[in-house]
Amino acid sequence: MSPSLLAERTAGRLNPRQEQAARAKGVSPGRTRAVAIARGVAGVVVLALVWELLPIVGVFDRYFIPPLHEVLQALADLATSGELARHLRASLVRSGSGFLLATAAAIPLGAAIAWYRPVREFVQPVLEVFRNTAALALLPVFTLILGIGEASKIAIITYACFFPILLSTIAGVATVDPQLLRSARVLGLSPAATFRKVVFPAAVPTIFTGIRISGAASILVLIAAEMVGAKAGLGFLIMYANFNFLIPKMYAAILVTSLLGLAVNYGLVGLERRFSRWRA
Amino acid sequence: MSSRIELHDVGQTFLVRGDDDRRLREFVALDALSLDIRAGEFLTLVGPSGCGKSTVLDLIAGLTQPSSGTLRVDGRPISGPGLDRSVVFQQYTLLPWRTAQANIEFALEAKGGLGKAERAERARTYLGLVGLANFANRYPHELSGGMKQRVAIARSLSYQPEVLLMDEPFGALDAQTRERLQEELVSIWERTGTTVVFITHDIEEAVFLGQRVAVMSARPGRIREVIEIELDRRPAADHDLRATTAFAAYRHRIWSLLREQHVAPQEVAHVA
Repeated sequence: MSPSLLAERTAGRLNPRQEQAARAKGVSPGRTRAVAIARGVAGVVVLALVWELLPIVGVFDRYFIPPLHEVLQALADLATSGELARHLRASLVRSGSGFLLATAAAIPLGAAIAWYRPVREFVQPVLEVFRNTAALALLPVFTLILGIGEASKIAIITYACFFPILLSTIAGVATVDPQLLRSARVLGLSPAATFRKVVFPAAVPTIFTGIRISGAASILVLIAAEMVGAKAGLGFLIMYANFNFLIPKMYAAILVTSLLGLAVNYGLVGLERRFSRWRA
Repeated sequence: MSSRIELHDVGQTFLVRGDDDRRLREFVALDALSLDIRAGEFLTLVGPSGCGKSTVLDLIAGLTQPSSGTLRVDGRPISGPGLDRSVVFQQYTLLPWRTAQANIEFALEAKGGLGKAERAERARTYLGLVGLANFANRYPHELSGGMKQRVAIARSLSYQPEVLLMDEPFGALDAQTRERLQEELVSIWERTGTTVVFITHDIEEAVFLGQRVAVMSARPGRIREVIEIELDRRPAADHDLRATTAFAAYRHRIWSLLREQHVAPQEVAHVA
């Protein structure tokens, strides 16, 4: 058995200066990457087994929660018939374009707002109101104005993605280390060059916090919007399967949704890492 | 390669809000401060903390404008920052997303007039000057405090300013690193001939580095006395300059000057 958090974190080890002098890193016994990954895989396997076995032994009603193999079978059918690709494509286009539109608008606008304090003070309360208005509460408004087609769905996803990115951009730009700004002034950099070479790169990690939140929001709002009114998409597929008592198919669609969420999150984390490799 | 700096009757006041009464009032940071810095000299500015040393540096750098008085570099009034004057701050102001070499290139990009290859070449030359030729591709977080400050010094020197302004650059370093960097700085100064204005609150550092030490008084900040330091600085491995009696005498003199003003306000308070 591995030691508890308390024992592990307080165990004797080299301090950072000793590590530097020895050109080595301290290790805790029994802590290797392979073992850590193996434990993670084991966790997923246990979950799969629970899902597979509990309905079979009768703990759950097989009809409402089918065993995993039936769900996977349904998923395979969806994939081979081309149905999955159609719905996935519809969903990806909606959340992708909403997310990209929001990013493209929020970053420049956030930077401009943060650059001038009076502007920031002027818009901040308004932004707080908008940010704290749940995007889905506005779904009827968007449908009313833009109809039930693609436009309203993309618009609400854009709306949901917009505020986290906007607010994190404002925060990132407004809290740039004043020492870096001073050294830029000493070098006689123009405001534009200062923004491009100092302020924006310094704000990137903070902006990414907002981008990650938006990535999750884009999927969440997507599914909800598709459940309400759509002719394709993962949210539609879930509702459609549900209404027609195609229960394994419904679970298959839910599974795809969570895999999509995972993929978006890991994709954004990877992108973030690529842009902030310089961080300790 | 070096400039003369004249500060004449310089006053600087800031608007502040009192902690106790929450009222706006003026805070006099500097009052009628005059100082002549010779071209090519190494001048250290020492004073109690909060006496306005950094304010003086900001003024010479052109980051702020004085409330009264004039500042001139080679006879020209200072109207803003310029590449003839460069600053090394106490906090490491390297861009964390750029490598050591790219940080120096950043300054050269600001200066302009050099191609990409020339910038890289120049950056490597100056990294070599501060003994970091092998660390060109390291990011700041991969460097120790002393190394970061060396990169900052290399960056400041890379665009060949006529004046190097240093605001307690070694304040955050451990004692041994600090001594080594002091020695390196003196030798860099001897080779480049740049005018150096070096701010510190450490008396020994002021005596060790300065050809002249300007001692400041606190509230309002003024120059109390400028002391010429005449020490035998010929480098020798076994020569501990700090252990000589001449060094100790200078140190004591400045210590007394700072001590006097430290005691004075307490007496006033006592009488009141």
